[in-house]
Amino acid sequence: MNAHALEVAQPDLRARMLGALRGIRPPLLVIDDDEGLKPFETDAFIAHRETPMLAVLPDSEDQVRAVVKACRALGVPVVSRGAGTGISGGAIPRNDGVLLVLSKMKRIVAVDALARSATVEPGVRNLQVSETVACHGLFYAPDPSSQSICSIGGNVAENSGGVHCLKYGLTTHNLLAVRAIDADGDVVDAGSLALDAPGYDLLALLTGSEGNLGVITRVTLRLVPLPERTETMLAAFPSVRQAAEAVGEIIAAGIIPAALEMMDRIVIEACERFMAMGFPVGAEALLLAEVDGSEEDARESLESVRAILDRCGATEVRVAASDIERDRLWKSRKGAFTALATILPDYYTIDGTIPRRCLPDVLERITALAAEYGMTVGNVFHAGDGNIHPCIFYDANKPGELERSEEFGGRILEICVEVGGTITGEHGVGIEKLRQMCVQFRAPELAAFHAVKAAFDPDGILNPGKAVPTLKRCAEWGGTHMRAGRMPHADIPRF
Amino acid sequence: MSEPFIAALCERIRDHAARKAPLAVRGGGTKDFYGQGCVGEVLDMKPYAGIVAYEPKELVVTVRAGTRLVELESALAAERQMLAFEPPHFGEGATIGGAVAAGLSGPRRAYVGSLRDFVLGTRVVNGKGEDLAFGGRVIKNVAGYDVSRLMAGALGTLGVITEISFKVLPRPAHETTLFFELDEARATEQVNRWAGQPLPLSATAWEAGKLRARLSGAASAVAAAKVRMGGEEIDAGSYWGDLREQRLGFFAPSHALWRLSVPQTAEPMAAGHAQLVEWGGGVRWISGDADAASLRAEAARAGGHATLFRGGDKSVGVFHPLEPAVMKIHRRLKDAFDPAGILNPGRMYAF
Repeated sequence: MNAHALEVAQPDLRARMLGALRGIRPPLLVIDDDEGLKPFETDAFIAHRETPMLAVLPDSEDQVRAVVKACRALGVPVVSRGAGTGISGGAIPRNDGVLLVLSKMKRIVAVDALARSATVEPGVRNLQVSETVACHGLFYAPDPSSQSICSIGGNVAENSGGVHCLKYGLTTHNLLAVRAIDADGDVVDAGSLALDAPGYDLLALLTGSEGNLGVITRVTLRLVPLPERTETMLAAFPSVRQAAEAVGEIIAAGIIPAALEMMDRIVIEACERFMAMGFPVGAEALLLAEVDGSEEDARESLESVRAILDRCGATEVRVAASDIERDRLWKSRKGAFTALATILPDYYTIDGTIPRRCLPDVLERITALAAEYGMTVGNVFHAGDGNIHPCIFYDANKPGELERSEEFGGRILEICVEVGGTITGEHGVGIEKLRQMCVQFRAPELAAFHAVKAAFDPDGILNPGKAVPTLKRCAEWGGTHMRAGRMPHADIPRF
Repeated sequence: MSEPFIAALCERIRDHAARKAPLAVRGGGTKDFYGQGCVGEVLDMKPYAGIVAYEPKELVVTVRAGTRLVELESALAAERQMLAFEPPHFGEGATIGGAVAAGLSGPRRAYVGSLRDFVLGTRVVNGKGEDLAFGGRVIKNVAGYDVSRLMAGALGTLGVITEISFKVLPRPAHETTLFFELDEARATEQVNRWAGQPLPLSATAWEAGKLRARLSGAASAVAAAKVRMGGEEIDAGSYWGDLREQRLGFFAPSHALWRLSVPQTAEPMAAGHAQLVEWGGGVRWISGDADAASLRAEAARAGGHATLFRGGDKSVGVFHPLEPAVMKIHRRLKDAFDPAGILNPGRMYAF
């Protein structure tokens, strides 16, 4: 329904909502003109767009509470938005709803170096936290690829991961407390400054709830010591199977690397063309391993990992001798998609997790599907934790390609579930994966999710229609499409 | 064994729900002391035991709730792995389901994370007799709300846990203990300074002017940390196990035991009471009778909470009172998962 149709249906709702928002004291920025609303019509899931009825940019928690109460009173949906870097569509607005943009709430409220914690407002950028506390020898560990622009509030809403979460954990493992405003407008403090809190673990529920349970207004992050030493190495393997075997052997040896990333031949070849890394011709897989810790820890782990890589058949192992070389090795990982994007203009990134032992088989099945669909897939994995990011390349100018890539992506996710994995490791469900939620969960489980939502949001006004599908909708939705040319913040890596 | 047990369990819960007849969910019964007490017919989970899947190279184990902790831990030890949160057993019969329901973690918690941090997925039967699975058997998973972690520490009031998947970690190659003589304030500051450095700290405990710090990791890293931290290297013997199992002299079973969970850097508190401080200052155990209201007020002022962990007069409430907005959500969650109110009613709060 477009805005015009909405006004026909409820002629005065928009005006009443606008009046209520303008009545909030102290006043907050309310956007009601089409030009002002335009930038908010999507997040980084650009296949889908919607103009919000209204957008507000509060400066304070009290204003957030007032907005939520006003919306509740009128039965108007509220969609929260941080930096808008999510690629599953969790922050896509509704034309019958208010978009609550938290980007102005970006104060670092407190840093306690001795207690290793930082309390921040939701609009603070992820990387900014680590930059702020580096002088204390500390950092905030979760590092989603968009960390230079993504917000902490969004990280909490999505339970974001990153390349270092095998060792350091996801967002949920790095939080002490979250304050959220529930649909009643009540302040819900979950977690605490202590290591636990009484009662049910509401902190776990709020983390990753994709704006469905509350609006996050304050977050206390757990900080960890910066490693004294980091060792990074890149190994080339003649087969994916051998590389996967090496990953298993590293873990079995009792080593938990900070990062363990794998890339397949398509990616290697693109890197070679784009960056001339000089890898052996015929390498089918690259493994990027990083170990960190104290001087002794890092050095000892480096030697052990290098021995395992050799033993598992690596044809070449490069160890970064300096930070510059480390950055160069990481480029093969982070720059891979930029390189691949030169082949075809459009790509669709899949995010699923599988038991690591299934990696070679799942990869073979993806390759077979690629042949069936006549499409190219480049594979990058957070190999340590089985989080796969196949990237389907297509040309949206060719009729039907977009839809076929969508269908292909859905089948990959169904394989993930079939082998005992999950449809999203770190990007969230949003609107992208509602259909696959129905593959992973059965009706009573989905009903339980809706009941959890109702405990925080009895009328269902917080980000309705995202994260958990209604049973009725199970067969309706599509995929996340990254139009290379039109993607917001196209320069920011996202996987 | 597996599906008939679950089917019977669902049927029994449906029957109890229809009659609004409470069930006391029970594993080994080693933590019966914890919480407000059990009412209703005992639902014994011990028969539902066994390791369902264990892939050491995946760092994942899936286990049935009735499995004894000792059995699970020895299976992991055989692969040089462990439950890193060191759950206290409090008795030979302790089951993994009971450990998850209680949500308790041991000495390593402050440095590697809590029990709930290692829960990847749970299978539960809710108060409507529905067999539900949440989370998964993989390390990264953000599909759906994190109901599996919600079950950790819910004392069986939201559902009967039947299966749990955990992330496991390698056992450290080497461990040692350093000993220092420091007063409480200085010890607390010291352990927090250490925690801000890349040191292989894995537990701390302070009592009566004596601080012990455990180091775990590669031999070279532990050796280097010893040099950096100073103190005296001691043979800790069974100390850390005794701390975890509350077998130290401090935990005299005849006394009431309070657990104050506070920010690790909180000032010394509850002056005049015998105390044992672990988790880098994050938990202050207080042995002996104490005034509940003043302890709770003091813990809350510091940003924490107080639990009457064992013994004492439970009429003061075992668990710290919740803020009204948080209590509201608790009641709604309880209604959602257990509308008839039959699962461990009153074990945690008044529902």
